[in-house]
Amino acid sequence: MTYLKSTLAGSALFAAMATAALSAEDTIKVGVLHSLSGTMAISETTLKDTMLMLIDQQNAKGGLLGKQLEAVVVDPASDWPLFAEKARELLTVHDVDVIFGNWTSVSRKSVLPVIEELNGLLFYPVQYEGEESSKNVFYTGAAPNQQAIPATDYFLDELGVEKFALLGTDYVYPRTTNNILESYLKGKGIADEDIFVNYTPFGHSDWSKIVADVVALGADGKKVGVISTINGDANIGFYKELAAAGVSADDIPVVAFSVGEEELSGLDTANLVGHLAAWNYFQSADTDANAEFVETWKATMGEDRVTNDPMEAHYIGFNMWVNAATEAGSTEVDAVRAAMYGQEFPNLTGGTAVMLPNHHLAKPVLIGEIQEDGQFDIISETDVVPGDAWTDFLPESAVLKSDWKDLGCGMYNTETETCVQTLSNY
Amino acid sequence: MLRLFLASLAILCACLTANAQETGLQPILQAHQDIIAKSSRKTIGPAIDAIAASDLPQAQVMLETWAAKDMWMRKSDGLFFAGKKAEGRSYELIDFDTGEVVGTYQKSDLKQLKPNSGIRAMIGTALVTFQLTDPNRDKRLAALQSIQRDPEAALLAPLRASIDGEPDAALKAQKQRLERLLSIGFDEDTTARVAAITDMSGDLGVDVRAALNPLVVTTRQVAVELPGNANIAAILKPGSEALTRDAAYDLLVANELAAPRVSADDIRAALAANIEGGRVGDVPVAQLDSDAKRVQAYSVLAEAGTVPAFITPADVDAALGAHVFFEVFSEPSAEVTAAAEKALERIELKVGLNQTLDLSLDAISLASIYFLAAIGLAITFGVMGVINMAHGEFIMMGAYTGYVVQQFIPDHTLSIIVAIPMAFAVTFAMGVAMERLVIRWLYARPLETLLATFGISIALQQLAKNIFGTQARPLTAPGWLDGAWVLNDVVSISYIRIAIFVLAMIFLGLFLYIMKRTRLGLEMRAVTQNPRMAGSMGINPGRVNMLTFGLGSGIAGIAGVAIGLFAKVTSDLGSDYIVQSFMTVVVGGVGNIWGALAGAGMIGGLQKGIEWMNPSNTLAAQTYMIVFIIIFIQFRPRGIIALKGRAAGD
Amino acid sequence: MERSFIAKNPSVLVFLAILSLFTIAVTVLSEGFGIGVISTSFVKTLGKTLCLCLIAVAMDLVWGFTGILSLGHFAFFGLGGYMIGMWLMYERTRLIVVESLSRADIPPTPSEVVDAIGTQIFGVVGSSDFPLIWAFADSLVLQLVLVVLVPGLLALVFGWLAFRSRVTGVYLSILTQAMTLALALYLFQNDSGLRGNNGLSGLQNLPGVTASQDVVSIWFLWASALALGLGYILAAWIVSGKFGLVIRGIRDNEARVRFLGYSVEVYKLAVFTLTACIAAIAGALYYPQAGIINPEEIAPIASIYLAVWVAIGGRGRLYGAVIGAAVVSLLSTWFTGGQAPDISLGFYTIKWVDWWQVLLGVSFVLVTLFAPQGIGGLFDLWANRRHPDRHGTNLGPDDSSLREKEALE
Repeated sequence: MTYLKSTLAGSALFAAMATAALSAEDTIKVGVLHSLSGTMAISETTLKDTMLMLIDQQNAKGGLLGKQLEAVVVDPASDWPLFAEKARELLTVHDVDVIFGNWTSVSRKSVLPVIEELNGLLFYPVQYEGEESSKNVFYTGAAPNQQAIPATDYFLDELGVEKFALLGTDYVYPRTTNNILESYLKGKGIADEDIFVNYTPFGHSDWSKIVADVVALGADGKKVGVISTINGDANIGFYKELAAAGVSADDIPVVAFSVGEEELSGLDTANLVGHLAAWNYFQSADTDANAEFVETWKATMGEDRVTNDPMEAHYIGFNMWVNAATEAGSTEVDAVRAAMYGQEFPNLTGGTAVMLPNHHLAKPVLIGEIQEDGQFDIISETDVVPGDAWTDFLPESAVLKSDWKDLGCGMYNTETETCVQTLSNY
Repeated sequence: MLRLFLASLAILCACLTANAQETGLQPILQAHQDIIAKSSRKTIGPAIDAIAASDLPQAQVMLETWAAKDMWMRKSDGLFFAGKKAEGRSYELIDFDTGEVVGTYQKSDLKQLKPNSGIRAMIGTALVTFQLTDPNRDKRLAALQSIQRDPEAALLAPLRASIDGEPDAALKAQKQRLERLLSIGFDEDTTARVAAITDMSGDLGVDVRAALNPLVVTTRQVAVELPGNANIAAILKPGSEALTRDAAYDLLVANELAAPRVSADDIRAALAANIEGGRVGDVPVAQLDSDAKRVQAYSVLAEAGTVPAFITPADVDAALGAHVFFEVFSEPSAEVTAAAEKALERIELKVGLNQTLDLSLDAISLASIYFLAAIGLAITFGVMGVINMAHGEFIMMGAYTGYVVQQFIPDHTLSIIVAIPMAFAVTFAMGVAMERLVIRWLYARPLETLLATFGISIALQQLAKNIFGTQARPLTAPGWLDGAWVLNDVVSISYIRIAIFVLAMIFLGLFLYIMKRTRLGLEMRAVTQNPRMAGSMGINPGRVNMLTFGLGSGIAGIAGVAIGLFAKVTSDLGSDYIVQSFMTVVVGGVGNIWGALAGAGMIGGLQKGIEWMNPSNTLAAQTYMIVFIIIFIQFRPRGIIALKGRAAGD
Repeated sequence: MERSFIAKNPSVLVFLAILSLFTIAVTVLSEGFGIGVISTSFVKTLGKTLCLCLIAVAMDLVWGFTGILSLGHFAFFGLGGYMIGMWLMYERTRLIVVESLSRADIPPTPSEVVDAIGTQIFGVVGSSDFPLIWAFADSLVLQLVLVVLVPGLLALVFGWLAFRSRVTGVYLSILTQAMTLALALYLFQNDSGLRGNNGLSGLQNLPGVTASQDVVSIWFLWASALALGLGYILAAWIVSGKFGLVIRGIRDNEARVRFLGYSVEVYKLAVFTLTACIAAIAGALYYPQAGIINPEEIAPIASIYLAVWVAIGGRGRLYGAVIGAAVVSLLSTWFTGGQAPDISLGFYTIKWVDWWQVLLGVSFVLVTLFAPQGIGGLFDLWANRRHPDRHGTNLGPDDSSLREKEALE
């Protein structure tokens, strides 16, 4: 048994060292930490492919700092503790200079302590619930004020919604987002009883009762709108039930924060026309850069593949990192981090994204209506919204701000003018 | 010829003069160019009003074009046109006033106007007056829908005027109904309103409640004495259940009729602001880490007058005693509110009954889904005693078969008709193969069957991922299964759920028929009860077991098609149902199809029941249901319908 | 006639020797205390594997020796992790909060400190109040007691209910699975007070400890090895005595043991509860190494995998369970980590990330069918020991000898 164990340990070690030896110092390593198996593979595999495509493109352009980029892909298998283990492996065994990865909030929370301990650099590409600002993470997805708040404003102002159903999958992103929205809506004069909240498990499929509940909300003569933070597969059943119940987008509009082109590709959208989604990117954006991006993606992955918002986030994040490293003349984390602030890069949807000192992007917010072909018709575009790590609509967070450039603190209390903590709370 | 020439000349002149006098639609649009281009519901109002008020016949076409997102703005001069897609990325522009083609332009020279659904609703309302008497039935229907969405006082008169001329009986009925609803809210005569309320008081529609509920909205107010002219709903006494003393005092504070209480945060802030030489009101700062000391320090400050004093219970008593609390209707007419309340009471009772009915339908539907998922298991586990953890994967394979068939046969109805036997064939073959290769060797070791089939389950799941990818695949129901069977605004159930229910019933019948009426069923029962005896009667137990297992698997495959139609097709589709399926069979009682039915009914009913009690948390419903099942099994370890005597085996 | 425990169980000594050698070897090779050949992340993997071996020993005790196929032992494992996680989170957050509040003008009251901790811990899930179950989170000692007490009590109550009503065999397996599922679903709810789907995170940072993870990982490796060693001795001692004979008897024919006058329920309950406690301790050591615990860890699939490990390693022998857990979980890590080389077949390239699960599933079927003794069976081959080929059936006086033949056909 000693033999067995040591062989095992030895072989794993050998593999680790072999990969280390193979890639000598003439490449810059980019870690890709996305689940390729398990429940999240459905979303994350696409991002891995995006990263490989972006790295290939960059190498074709001559690499970075005169070296070629090399992707190190690991599979954390949708297993949250494994994310921490794999992140440690990327940083200590493979010595990567930067990691692009994660989708779910819980996986990010799992990785955070490791990244902070080892002073790594993570680009996180998905819209999330905010209330966090880590020195070692750049959040290229939307913060709540870049997706949830503008969408709610759109409901209030443009659609005249007076009664809200906040439907979400039971995990941290919907919980926190709905919390922020509840507080925001109350501030806008919406009464408590006009906000209906419901949480369902992952992959929920029996939606009839919930849809009936939502329809019944209209009984007091107020216009009802649904804000959906329903995640992943569960959306399919939800929209099918919505369509079956004959709920038209003109009567009860639904705006979703987790439904993009990828999710719609598993659905017949004929009955969903007019329902909404809020993102920073839609495939239908009419710009030359986007046309090229979509074309390259389809050429690499197949004609029927679509692009989505987190892909654009990686596109911007990766290019900003490349530019920052070029500016800093090195891929060393602190140098790159310093060069990241104020980094600008054109969005695929037009305009320019700017990296703020709080590690979030300033981007415009788009609202799209679902079309018959499974694409979104962009119907509203806001001005550039700077991402806010700490929401202004919860009393505990309103006093906090994040500024890593000048204050060097991700959780700075503006009332007491002290830094609450420099490490994140996970 | 001359006439024609003169006529066209006249038209030309008319156009020219029209342009010269700026009476066409374009000038109105240009006057509001900014807000139309900005396209926001908040600011668009004046533009739509102006267009509607222009009384130009082309306004209707223009508004309809706009709502259909077919209106374009020429960037060079800001003029608006109807656009029609032409070659490539260019569009043909048509003038609203003349109906003439202006020219073909590249998309980059144009801006498409995309009114959002809020603006579209406003356009719809503006169109109502045009469309109510439109010869096209669809447009009249659209007008009615617009009224329904945004009932407005101004629409009542045109609606009433259009009722008599309505040729279509269904639309006429709908117009009359809408007229009643609008009368409730907007008629100027109180008795007419009360009459309308009474007319509608037996109606279950959401729109009726939507019309009545705003009438009985109350606001909570406080004053020194009751206002004489208000329509008062109730007078509240502080300290009662409806209004606690704290809430009453908070109301006073909110109305600035009393001083706010001093909260812990206020104390803290006040103390922090008044530190002098390391002490606050004689208390050293270091000692301020307890509430008692803080209150003591604050009292000192309050006595000195630097901070507001504490509010004592006596202060509260005095403030509450000096005011009267009441709820007042926002609707001024007492007659109307009384009638509305009475009508609502009647409706609520009916709604309650219908909601129970709806919930029961949901429960039956959920039960039939569980039953359908479990019926294959009822055969393999219930009859044969084989624990097949890969049962869920058979369901998944059925769903994927449906998906694959749909790739080859685009017609949805036909593809489903083909997919069902295909799914049966595929999973039947798979089941037979599995029985022959694996399960046959393990009949004596039930626990190990569990583990071996689990191995098959994870392998199949991963294989599905490797073949079909991790994305959910669409399995689209035929058009005639879209939509729902709507009894009224409260009770409805989607056709697809009815289809699943019917399918479940068919399988129940099929199962009973096979078990009770066919030779195979007889042999199955014989082999299950005593394989040796059956063998000595000339039955080949191996063959019977193989067929039984194949049958159970095949039914799981068909269930997969149904479940895929109703939910989603992914590789972990099966694992969502496996635990529930086992519970269904175990709770119901093994070895008896009626048991599985009872189990599914109980689980479905229970889950809906708990969901109804706690509507905001579906997860809790599932949790408590399982806990209930665990406890239930303690008391009836053999399930609801337990086999007795020899049939029970053991 | 009374031979000593060690003399009866020579394999225990061998096992302990191997375990200590392994621990020393890893320490010497580690980054924290040695020459740095083994990376810290791999040390953590090895430490976690030791914990998995410990719960596998518990599983073997309850399944291999007592015949109860529990598909719920990971629930106890997870609960143990949650209990220690609560203290780790509370204490770490308390240190941060006290530090930050000390900079304010006015010293905080104790309730303000607790509120601030609550906001920090529950802020991410949109709440800020401490639920009741956190009542003891401020005390390490109490929380350590709870590590054993909570899962132990759950096992006791559940086992008492189940065994009392004579739920056996596959029914019991499904019932235990239902228990895990219910617990997992309950913990998934935010209202459960344990941060729902997010669970407790950052557990690798021990409060008040400034040593680097390189060192901490070795501490945990030692602790895990110690726990495994002690757990193994305890299990070996239990199965080698009279108690061990009785539980084996229960496994082979429960009714007959009952007729001999033994209180079968008490024996089963004792084993079930004891193994639940061992599982909880393993969990309490595992999760600080993993860094995060959340309800997904308790999902029924985890417990089924546990059964898989034990079956592959070889049931009814303690070292078999350890081998199974170690081999399968390490192989899993290796294959899914993307380190295993792809195999090119010319027309198709086998990527292990995609095919490992298939391989695992198939090999599992093969082991069940052809090698019921598992990897441990190899030792019998080597020792030239033969087993009667019973296919798991009872060879009793009634019909079983005949069914045996049928099973063999």
